[in-house]
Amino acid sequence: MSALLEVTGVTKRYPGVVANDNISLTVNAGEVVALLGENGAGKSTLLKAVFGLIKPDSGEIKIGGTPIVFGDTAGVISRGVGMVHQHFQLVPVMTVAENIILGDEPKRGIFINKKAAHDEILALSKRYGLEVDPEAVIEDLPVGMQQRVEILKALRKDVKLLILDEPTAVLTPQEIDELLGVIRNLAKSGVGIVLITHKLHEVMAVADRVVVLRGGKLVGATSPKETDEAGLAQMMVGRSVVLQVNRTEAKRGDVVLEVKGLQVRDDRKILSVKGVDLSLHKGEILGVAGVEGNGQREFVEAICGMRHREAGEVLINGVATKDMHPHAVHEAGLSHIPEDREKHGLVANYSIADNLVLNQFDQAPFANGWVRNLAEVAKNAISTVEKFDIRTPSAFNTASSLSGGNKQKVVVARELSEELPVLVAAQPTRGVDVGSIEFIHNQLISARDKGAAVLLVSAELDEILSLSDRIAVMSDGKIVAIVESKDADRNYIGRLMAGLKE
Amino acid sequence: MSETNVDKKVVKNQSEESTKKFDVGSWLVPIVAVLVAMAIAAILIKLQGLNPIAAYKSLFKTAFGSIEGLGVTLGKSTPLVLSGLAVAVGLRAGLFNIGAQGQLLSGALAAAWAGVTFEGLPGYVHIPIALIIGAFFGSLVAGISGFLKAYRGVHEVITTIMLNSIVMGIADYLASHQLREPDQFLTRTAEIQTSAKLPIYANLPLGFFIAVVLAIAIWWILGRTTSGFRIETVGRNRHAAWYAGIPVKRTVISAMLISGAIAGLGGAVETLGITYRYAPAFNLGLGFDGITIALLGRVHPIGIIPGAVLIGGMRAGAANMQFDSGVAPELVDLLMALILLLVTAPLITRFFKNSSNKSLTSGWGN
Amino acid sequence: MTMLSKRNGYFLAAILATAFFYFNGSDVTTSVYATGTVFALPLALAAMVGIMCERTGIVNIGIEGTMLLSAFVAFFVSSLTQNIIIGLIAAIFTGSMMGLILAVMAVSWRMDQIIAGTILNILATGLTSFLYVQGRTIPGVFQSFEIPILSKIPFFGPVLFIHGALTFAGLAIILALYVAIYHTTWGLRSRAVGEHPSSADTAGVSVVRLRYINVTIAGAVGAIAGAYLALELVGSFERGFIAGKGFTALALMIFGRWNPLGALAAAMFFGLAQAYANQLMIDQIVNIPSQFTAALPYIMTIVVLTISAGKVRPPAAEGQPYEKGQA
Repeated sequence: MSALLEVTGVTKRYPGVVANDNISLTVNAGEVVALLGENGAGKSTLLKAVFGLIKPDSGEIKIGGTPIVFGDTAGVISRGVGMVHQHFQLVPVMTVAENIILGDEPKRGIFINKKAAHDEILALSKRYGLEVDPEAVIEDLPVGMQQRVEILKALRKDVKLLILDEPTAVLTPQEIDELLGVIRNLAKSGVGIVLITHKLHEVMAVADRVVVLRGGKLVGATSPKETDEAGLAQMMVGRSVVLQVNRTEAKRGDVVLEVKGLQVRDDRKILSVKGVDLSLHKGEILGVAGVEGNGQREFVEAICGMRHREAGEVLINGVATKDMHPHAVHEAGLSHIPEDREKHGLVANYSIADNLVLNQFDQAPFANGWVRNLAEVAKNAISTVEKFDIRTPSAFNTASSLSGGNKQKVVVARELSEELPVLVAAQPTRGVDVGSIEFIHNQLISARDKGAAVLLVSAELDEILSLSDRIAVMSDGKIVAIVESKDADRNYIGRLMAGLKE
Repeated sequence: MSETNVDKKVVKNQSEESTKKFDVGSWLVPIVAVLVAMAIAAILIKLQGLNPIAAYKSLFKTAFGSIEGLGVTLGKSTPLVLSGLAVAVGLRAGLFNIGAQGQLLSGALAAAWAGVTFEGLPGYVHIPIALIIGAFFGSLVAGISGFLKAYRGVHEVITTIMLNSIVMGIADYLASHQLREPDQFLTRTAEIQTSAKLPIYANLPLGFFIAVVLAIAIWWILGRTTSGFRIETVGRNRHAAWYAGIPVKRTVISAMLISGAIAGLGGAVETLGITYRYAPAFNLGLGFDGITIALLGRVHPIGIIPGAVLIGGMRAGAANMQFDSGVAPELVDLLMALILLLVTAPLITRFFKNSSNKSLTSGWGN
Repeated sequence: MTMLSKRNGYFLAAILATAFFYFNGSDVTTSVYATGTVFALPLALAAMVGIMCERTGIVNIGIEGTMLLSAFVAFFVSSLTQNIIIGLIAAIFTGSMMGLILAVMAVSWRMDQIIAGTILNILATGLTSFLYVQGRTIPGVFQSFEIPILSKIPFFGPVLFIHGALTFAGLAIILALYVAIYHTTWGLRSRAVGEHPSSADTAGVSVVRLRYINVTIAGAVGAIAGAYLALELVGSFERGFIAGKGFTALALMIFGRWNPLGALAAAMFFGLAQAYANQLMIDQIVNIPSQFTAALPYIMTIVVLTISAGKVRPPAAEGQPYEKGQA
């Protein structure tokens, strides 16, 4: 009997990076295969290839023995491949029933047969042991329940291979246990399951086989019987190419930034920062490691005055900062390299020159009172572009003409220019090419050497390890550990990040 | 020493390079749009059995062929420049001020009142007072929309259009009751004092030059001052503006107030320079014209001037065109509509990324 | 839920007030309400245009222009052919074309939808100005007729069951739209496209196709609203004919929470206000200057919008061009 899914030697290159490097894996009916790897390891690329959304440079993908056709996503789906997305594809204001039947509604003429829909969903949920209330409205449901609806959507189409993309990222521990039970049951009923995750505990609990991706390569294929969590962690975060940064010992001074009892809610009004205390000293880099979705974004936004603080204080040089007032926090001495540079960091169709003075446009020397001093702005632009090696034919081109890395350099240059006591850098090298990464890293180090207190928040563990003087690990809205970098063990950190307790 | 000279040269070269690159390609679009629109309209004229060449010839000869004609053209262009400027300032802040017409009307009426009421003032005092009063009332009307937008999230497209009609009603009422010219039955105000009339030098109206000066001033303010920078930033990316410390609500209201003041000034200039009184029905459609002129001039304060003069000229020559060739003066309205359609098709409206105007209700409860 | 009981309260008050007026002057009340229905209809239909578009995620500012050009075509084709049915058909075609143009600009070109709608309005104004000819007439309007038996019911009979063909058609469209939005597959898919297009997309619903279809049909509905004014209510056409109804319709749509029956109720409110104001002038009870009664709908529109602001929840994806592959 042919395998449900056969990936053979798939390679996919993008400019500057090999996203998938000769990946092979098989999934059979009734098997749970865990696909393990950090952000950027190549999991999404592989998925997109399986669904025919992108075309691999080499290799083959077969479903049920037959090769897939690039571009024919509907064909892949019709062969029984279903996916539960990380970002749910559900309409928030509609009911469970409406979401599940969308696109293939039971009808009586042109009218929807609501009773038939209701009955069908009850039957479906009973069959797979996934209890749902068909008339409940999606946005009123807890996340775990919403995920069940996603799963039911896939199951309704008589799926043979179910792919779950980071399903437990947003679930509570109880919900996670329930989901693992569901996965086991599905596998027993013959469905093949691909579980994409980075949570080692779950892998050990439910997978039949484990495939580990790192840096685009397949670095390990094993099973829970043959290894343990420590072994998995080592495969996941092992020796990869670390950008060597020359770093002298930190000269740590007084506390400049203090966070006390911080609690913050996310966009869904759920508490995602659950009480954080932190002290940041002059002349050090404190790296906050953690998988995305554990509260880091809300944490950073609250510190920088961009998100409402539910509870707690943020003090800069002993003075409490204002809530929800980014400029006031900036004036108090905090520079911020924002995570979303397009939204908060840059004005796309302003010139590079104007973007470089975005938060100082009305201060000397860039303005004399009401009138701007464009000559100074220009001078600053030319010298900054040179100093930071921003690749552009002219310092007066628009910011949108720059590559991602160079855009980030503009933001970094601007935020470092005032040499404020505190620097918060959120995912500073995301979407940035290798050359620019090195440059930005050196800038962060030199800021530290000049006495700044640097808070580095990043999902890239290598970055944290190479830059930080101290490392904090954030998991589930709390800081679970803070260690000196010389005491930091890569595996130890990796395991904390992955949800293990130790 | 030589280093700073090299620096200066590099700055000059680089900034010239950038502006040059921007200029040529995109200014071609409005020119082509006008020509294509004229061609399409010519077809329609032909279908009516009339002669388009004769029509256009008569139109442009009247408008630009003589000093007197040019004077009338510039006179008609003045309120167009100002309403185009008003819309442009609004757009720069990410706001659709479709209410330039109502703001213009209120300015026109207020200026007429000021022109009639104050007696015994020398011209150089009377005129500025009347102009300022006109601008003030225009700004007041726009401010209502601005306030509702900033503090309640009500989209200005609808409120400005509604206010247009409300203001028209109020102005109409006042012009036929309290402010009516005594001893006659027409709905209009009395003629303004001579001291309030805008002078005409060698056939060319002063009002036009006031408008041009104002356009240059706005261009300078938007490009070179901190206030201008705030408006531009809020219009292009309000998240980044907030993050950079710019008070977004205050900027939105300011922009509407400025926009309304300019439109009000447009109405005031119309009264003081052309009609010398307020009489409703002569101002029809000028507010909508502002949008076309603003977009035709690529939302650039100086760029709207040629477009305004072109349209003004066409309006000036329209009556003669009908006389000479039988084509209705409403051809100009049609041309403007066609020009607008052609100009905006390629216009990259990603100009307004992250502005507050993605939907009618995007301001609601956000 | 408090919103709901507040609105129930308003509704109850309206019913009581109506009953009071009725028992104090049944003829006048009946005629005012009948007139109110007739005034309300073009507003309600125009609001339907807005609802159909916005529910699918497209903001349509061009309703005014669609109604204007359609009314113009309805009138002039009728006067050329001396046949109002042909005029009506021509108008419906015009409206559909305008809807199609908006769809192209908003869906395919991904233009800012407010600009796109404004262009439609300006285009309509320009075309009607230029092509307008004075002094034309049409052979007659769509006459009122009675629906047997039902028209004899006191109060409700004249108010609901004695009207012209287009009025009935309009009411039927509104009811049909209500049923369609909440009970048919088309309605479900359209709503999904307007709330969360990528979910619809992954479920196999074509976002682009549905938007095109809905916006074009909405244009046809707008045409009926315009044709109604020219061929049934007024029987002529002047420049500036629509006088802001297309924008008021948007306020009604918002106030009615994007629900056809809600918008109809809001439109009835506007229509009744106008009918009452007219009645007051006829009876010379109050002497309001004509300019103020003319300005009344515009003031009401602003008030309605200001009240609704911040409390309503539009379709989540409205105004945002859809890119395939957005999660």
